[in-house]
Amino acid sequence: MQIYLPIAEVSVNAFLLLGLGGLVGVLSGMFGVGGGFLITPLLFFVGIPPAVAVATSTNQIVASSFSALLAHLKRKNVDIRMGWVLLLGGMAGSAAGIVVFNYLKSLGQVDLLVQLCYVVFLGVIGGLMFIEALRALRRSKSGTVVRKRRERTLMHKLPLKMRFRTSGLYISVIPPVVVGFFVGVLAAIMGVGGGFIMVPAMIYLLGMPTKVVVGTSLFQIIFVSGFTTLLHATTNYTVDIVLAVLLLVGGVVGAQFGTTIGMKMKAEQLRFLLAALVLAVCGKLALDLLIEPSERYSIAVYQGQ
Amino acid sequence: MVRWLIFLLLLALPARAEQVVLGLSHSEVSITADFNGSELLIFGAVKREAPMADLPLQVIVTVAGPSQALTVFRKDHTGGIWRNASGVTMDRAPSFYALASSAPLDDILSRSENLRHDITIKRAIRAVGISGKAGGVGEFREALIRLRTREGLYQVLEGEVSFREQTLFRTAITMPANLTEGTYTTRIFLIRDQEVVNWVSSPIEVRKVGLERFLFTLSREQSLVYGLLSIAIAIAAGWGASTAFRMLRNG
Repeated sequence: MQIYLPIAEVSVNAFLLLGLGGLVGVLSGMFGVGGGFLITPLLFFVGIPPAVAVATSTNQIVASSFSALLAHLKRKNVDIRMGWVLLLGGMAGSAAGIVVFNYLKSLGQVDLLVQLCYVVFLGVIGGLMFIEALRALRRSKSGTVVRKRRERTLMHKLPLKMRFRTSGLYISVIPPVVVGFFVGVLAAIMGVGGGFIMVPAMIYLLGMPTKVVVGTSLFQIIFVSGFTTLLHATTNYTVDIVLAVLLLVGGVVGAQFGTTIGMKMKAEQLRFLLAALVLAVCGKLALDLLIEPSERYSIAVYQGQ
Repeated sequence: MVRWLIFLLLLALPARAEQVVLGLSHSEVSITADFNGSELLIFGAVKREAPMADLPLQVIVTVAGPSQALTVFRKDHTGGIWRNASGVTMDRAPSFYALASSAPLDDILSRSENLRHDITIKRAIRAVGISGKAGGVGEFREALIRLRTREGLYQVLEGEVSFREQTLFRTAITMPANLTEGTYTTRIFLIRDQEVVNWVSSPIEVRKVGLERFLFTLSREQSLVYGLLSIAIAIAAGWGASTAFRMLRNG
């Protein structure tokens, strides 16, 4: 069934969009990532204009993240206090990120920078997670349980300490605020919720337990991507509500399945799969930069004359 | 005697002028939610008040969508990666352009007449700025035409106008689903001996209607409301799915 999208001004198959939304929703529920880094390139592929794809996917992220968050809240897997602290940094970061983004836009070449950002961050994070998860998997297979030593790091020496009961942490609020800010900047520049950066940052930098990380990441993604949606809707008029509804109907259903699948899997397996996914997307984007494209020309129409 | 005849013929010229009468299957295209392209039937007749001349007439039909300003980028291999290194800005390029003729264009249309009336797609595109090491504009214009032809947005249908008895003509133009809203212009040219004898134009309104219209207007005029509505729908859908699943699980 073909459907005409009022803002994107293209006609697309409705079932294809439902399927895309569903697929990304499953991943979102499993890993606690909004799925922005997946859905945006997928929408390009279907033929949605890039500006509309970027803006609309943020709206779809709100929906699937909210659906998944509710499932996690039920299981008490969300550290709300940590979520607010991260969000505080995140909001400041995304505001700063938009300033940086507009500055880069005035210089031109913003597309290239976004692409490079994707390749570098997806590559580094995916690579690190992959190696770590592979080790963890081997360890759990060989049966020897290595107890994690509670190291006293910088995190414990900084002032402004706060107790995060759900995560079982008593650390300074400075590192989470900084992490939130940094992710906010990247999220604004790359047009994603930032889950794929947030999740590993919480595990490896803040030392939060994996089960809590997913729900907490979703909590802050909802606010950051909701904020971004509003910004896109009011400044660029590029949020396509019909496209968003189709994606999110698939997305919210997918997210529920994803959460169930995620609960049945081991934390190491989850991390391993997420790492593989991140690396695959990174590889695809890197190849686009390195291999001579079959079509060297592209058209950019100025929105609203 | 012969001279007199020629003189008389010259005198009679205005009366002998041929005029096009144009008909369209519809002068409005409504874009609804299930819009999947549209076929436009263009037909007409040649009205003449004197006997036909010796040289045969030819017909060219063009349909042009609203003009856009756009940039055509080219990826170049610099610093080890392929990136958009050069671009040409087109001051105006039609978002849709179809050209149908009763015979191969090169045979029936002179260069000067093409320049005067901007008939071919190439002439309908105006390029202005060049950035980077673009080289020639022509290459970029050709790329634009190639890309849009692939999407069905630019069409050249040589020989697709059926022209009967030098009087009745008709052609069908398929408009794709990814149409831009606006006023489209249909033009019919009557051509004899590579010169335009007469031409007419007629507008076609392509408009979003119903829900499509409502959402589009809302997004432009009440963008904050539209943005909040999008988020509200997202939250409601997320909550709805979550609740529905819980109920399913609990039986």
